[in-house]
Amino acid sequence: MTYCALVAYPGHVPWPSFGGMRTYHELTDADRSGLLQQITAQRQRVAERLASVRRIVAVMSGKGGVGKSFVTAHVARALARSGHSVGVLDADLNGPTIPRLLSLPEAPLRQSEGSIAPVTSAEGVRCISMALLLENGAPLAFKGPEAESFVWRGAMEASALREFLGDVAWGELDILLLDLPPGMQRYVELCDILGNPPAVLTVTIPTPESRDAVRRAMRSAVDRGSDLLGIVDNMVGGELLGAAADELAEEFDARVLARIPWHPAPTAWDRLAQVL
Amino acid sequence: MKFLCVECDQQMAFGERQLPGDGTLAATFKCPKCGRVVAMLTNPMETQLVSSLGVEIGGRTVPEQPLQTVRSMVSTGREDAFEEGSREHGAGSGTSWSPDALERLGRVPNFVRGMVKRIYADYARERGIAEITPAVMDTARAELGLEGM
Repeated sequence: MTYCALVAYPGHVPWPSFGGMRTYHELTDADRSGLLQQITAQRQRVAERLASVRRIVAVMSGKGGVGKSFVTAHVARALARSGHSVGVLDADLNGPTIPRLLSLPEAPLRQSEGSIAPVTSAEGVRCISMALLLENGAPLAFKGPEAESFVWRGAMEASALREFLGDVAWGELDILLLDLPPGMQRYVELCDILGNPPAVLTVTIPTPESRDAVRRAMRSAVDRGSDLLGIVDNMVGGELLGAAADELAEEFDARVLARIPWHPAPTAWDRLAQVL
Repeated sequence: MKFLCVECDQQMAFGERQLPGDGTLAATFKCPKCGRVVAMLTNPMETQLVSSLGVEIGGRTVPEQPLQTVRSMVSTGREDAFEEGSREHGAGSGTSWSPDALERLGRVPNFVRGMVKRIYADYARERGIAEITPAVMDTARAELGLEGM
């Protein structure tokens, strides 16, 4: 950032002393930029949009490849089959898979009255996903300077998440499931955007490696005040050895809500949906 | 972000914003007491950081469109991601012109009219603006430094 004709240029303008100069919060004149007000308005839009959503549940793990999206999509379908109004926000912006798992129709997104209509599956699950917006096979890339893109890319993804929450006409929903990517960054952004930590459904596979990664995620969720709904033990009964779900349940005083085998029948998802 | 005229102990007021088109941004602030003007010039990375927050220095001059950041900043998006064809349908490639804007465009000399139209259309599309109006044209002129267009 460069400043021309610096107003506080030592030797050019009398400098009263840092001790006597007013600080940021002491300057209270109306600011036409109103950056803080713009941010506040963004948050307000999200709050108003989600006011008609009864429950928000983040499906997370901290570990990649444990089947978060698979669980999210099938729980959503089971809930829809049982008569609930369900939405799925695919928050894995860089590896979105929910549209395929929900067998969503391919069609341009429709806009009306200042919002975007979610795409609805044959079973009635409403969804928004970056996969609906990207060229086939293309990675998520943003316009902007290549150099030091790490500085702004995270903020850009957080903005996209905020827009998915606040600009999509979710309507009346019993539950909005958010399929989070591996790691904790998206969860932290979500807490910030929502203002309150969402309830969390944790997915793990049986291995100790998964347990260690999921433990960190659950610890982070607890520290931020999220309600732990329970643990889904995924990919059980096969080659994967361990008791990650039971160990985590004991450690966090949480319930193992379901044990999902490699090739689950629809009834497995129905049972999980009932206890969620 | 605020600017203080230290000599006057006055908060400086936002003046104008310009986007020269090279990824940088210029914004001026003026001391309401002594009239001193300071210009803040941000490099492309800093400009991008502000854009990525979905805010505009100087305040919004045109209403934000739904999914504006996604529409305007994703470079690998599908051309047909959004339904087009009606004024309701936002950016994509379906930006429309209001009658007033078309009338004003008609006053641009014929030999540069196509280029000017494309500049305004690109401006609107990149910002997710569904309809180009005279107000949008004014904002684009100020931001892009297109005086006389």
